[in-house]
Amino acid sequence: MRHGKYPFIIGFLVVPVAIYAVFVVWAYIQAFYLSVYEWSGLGPVENFVGLGNFRKMFDDTLFWQSIKHNVFLLIFLPIITVVLALVFAFLLNVGGGQKGGVTRGVWGSKVYRIIFFFPQLLALAIVAVIFGRVFGPDKSGMINGLFPESWQPWLFLADERYAMGCILVVLVWQAVGFYVVLFSAGMGNIPTEVYEAAAIDGATRVTLFFRITIPLLWNTVQVAWVYLGIAAFDAFALVNIMTVDRGGPDGATSVLSLMIYRNAFEFSQAGYASALGVVLFFLTLTFAWVTLSATRRESVEA
Amino acid sequence: MTDIFTKPELDRRTLLRRAAAVGLLATPAVSMLSACVGSSDDDTQEQATGTKSADNPLGIDPKAGVEIVIFNGGLGTKYATDVDTPLFNKKWPDAKVTYSQTEEISTIIQPRINAGNPPDMINNSGSKLMDFGAIVKAGQAADLTDLFAAPSLDIAGKTVADTLVPGAVEQGSYDGKPFAVNYSYTVFGLWYNAALFKKNNWTPPTTWAEFTALCDKIKAAGITPFGFAGANASYYMVRALLTSAGKIGTEQVLKDIDNLKAGAWTNDAVKKAAEAWAGIGKNYINKTFLGLRHTEVQLQQNQDKVAFYPCGSWLENEQAKDTPSGFEYAIAPYPSVTTSDQLPATAINAAAGEIYFAAAKGKNPQGGKEYLRTMLSKEAALEFTKLTKSLTVVAGASDGVTISPGLTSANDAVTKAGKDVFMGYLFDTWYKKLDDESRAAANDLMFKDYDAAKFCDRMEKASQAVAKDSSITKFTRS
Repeated sequence: MRHGKYPFIIGFLVVPVAIYAVFVVWAYIQAFYLSVYEWSGLGPVENFVGLGNFRKMFDDTLFWQSIKHNVFLLIFLPIITVVLALVFAFLLNVGGGQKGGVTRGVWGSKVYRIIFFFPQLLALAIVAVIFGRVFGPDKSGMINGLFPESWQPWLFLADERYAMGCILVVLVWQAVGFYVVLFSAGMGNIPTEVYEAAAIDGATRVTLFFRITIPLLWNTVQVAWVYLGIAAFDAFALVNIMTVDRGGPDGATSVLSLMIYRNAFEFSQAGYASALGVVLFFLTLTFAWVTLSATRRESVEA
Repeated sequence: MTDIFTKPELDRRTLLRRAAAVGLLATPAVSMLSACVGSSDDDTQEQATGTKSADNPLGIDPKAGVEIVIFNGGLGTKYATDVDTPLFNKKWPDAKVTYSQTEEISTIIQPRINAGNPPDMINNSGSKLMDFGAIVKAGQAADLTDLFAAPSLDIAGKTVADTLVPGAVEQGSYDGKPFAVNYSYTVFGLWYNAALFKKNNWTPPTTWAEFTALCDKIKAAGITPFGFAGANASYYMVRALLTSAGKIGTEQVLKDIDNLKAGAWTNDAVKKAAEAWAGIGKNYINKTFLGLRHTEVQLQQNQDKVAFYPCGSWLENEQAKDTPSGFEYAIAPYPSVTTSDQLPATAINAAAGEIYFAAAKGKNPQGGKEYLRTMLSKEAALEFTKLTKSLTVVAGASDGVTISPGLTSANDAVTKAGKDVFMGYLFDTWYKKLDDESRAAANDLMFKDYDAAKFCDRMEKASQAVAKDSSITKFTRS
């Protein structure tokens, strides 16, 4: 048994480790290496510029705009999604009160659960195209079509004040279903005795939600937070497909991932794109570290 | 009791770490996708050659295969498979043509170029086209001097260069050397429905005063006088504006812009053009167009909801399936902005476009060039025009052949312009970043603040930033 153990484990590991090393680790090293060069993306890599790409970034207004938009998503995407998902999950699981000693969801909760999960099944590209129509700036757009004929059409994505908000709405719409399911699973694990005891003591649904569900679900909520935070650093597909002039109007929806893509494959600035990638790497790392250390101490025992 | 919470820490933290790892995956995507960073460009692979002769001016190996890649977009691929390849094989029956098509040129070709294994002839086009300036700079495109000096395939006594419209070779030249065949010939101007105009007794304007007066009439008739799609096609507007600037102050204005000369964008001609167009934006455009895509605005024109649309002569073919019968595409040159415009009102912007090039480091670059020579024959050019409803740079290839109203109108406009056909500008292909800035600036000018001075200053600043950026390869024209 001892003898066979290591070859067995190595046999399992060798392929994934090799793939990981080649396609992740090696690619990282290359990104760091390229970030200190002025490289067009074609031909030999030769023009060493040290931190030149980072200095250029510092002066690039679009970069700061993009960071601002990523931070906007980082703040609002997790908050709104988690709150909505918690409320829905609570209604679906506990909101219906008790019958025969079993807590249940509101009427029709099984159907709702499926409906909430639907957006998760759609590819993001399709979601982007659909919402491009929903937010259509003239009467052919779904929302504008619902407004009375006499109203001026609302420009949505073509108005820089609302464009980023539209992106946020779509991201939330797409994500909520998954977290409803995640939180539902978490709530399923909260012992019914706790709810019964509280109910006997005369707790209302609101009290149940805030005093029992949330504290016992706290761990799951934290996981959701990290996932959503990372999604907020991406948003590439939506912005690329949905927005005016890709990242517009006039940079009003630009995000880091889009900048990386455009610099690498459209502006022939692969070196600069790699430098942006390095920045994104450290931002994500910092976010993960902050979240991990902020949540280290808390743990509620059931 | 459930034990889900007895050891939550371990599970949660593992999960968190994994989640973080997923996010980090986004970073290396750049280097992954551009593939093979360190590929040595010095290893020369064996390239096929043959003996040069009158019948074989490029000296190709008659038995060596040629690999071609065609972009599958608005022009389709039929002209390559059904016209060019059979013509090529008629002359070179033993040279096997390996054909493939793609909608994403850079995705397919860029890694192959970096790996030192490019196809021989590449059609660099579409929204995912490669930055051709960078390709030239990296020495990946073959010098086409010998192709243009070779005799034409079917026009006796002329070299390939002689058979082309003026400016066609220049358009594919970088620092004086030709590297690309810009095959299709596009005429730019204001497109309108000739039938609608006839019905309402409207005539296309030649002066700006006529233009605005007609726009008032059109507006009164309940039709949006002018429109372009801000969501993805504001570069049509950039072209309209700069064509006007060129007509005010000759093509030199546009050459200065291309050469990144200081003050090129704050030039009086550009300012006047921007002011004139900003007026159109302020009074005659539909604000919702900022959020629409080109096909949506073009469809509205087909429905006679938009009168004038700035575009190139590909428009008719692009809209073919949505154009109702009775709709007759016609083109008008942009009207003169001032009474002292240096070019006449008939002057028109027409340019060669759609890059085809032979890869310098492929297996058979001469074969790739020979394929290009086949495309530049009169026979291939006429068939191309018939199939794609697009003119080619082969001069007069489709003269006397009636193909469609829009194409006839474009041909007429070029004839009327005579010597005042000008190529326009190249900065949009040379400096993609500047192109990007001009699109956003044009949207602002036409939909938001109508501020010509701001437009000029902003573009001037962007242009000077490109000029100072050592990471961007510079080109010049004269």
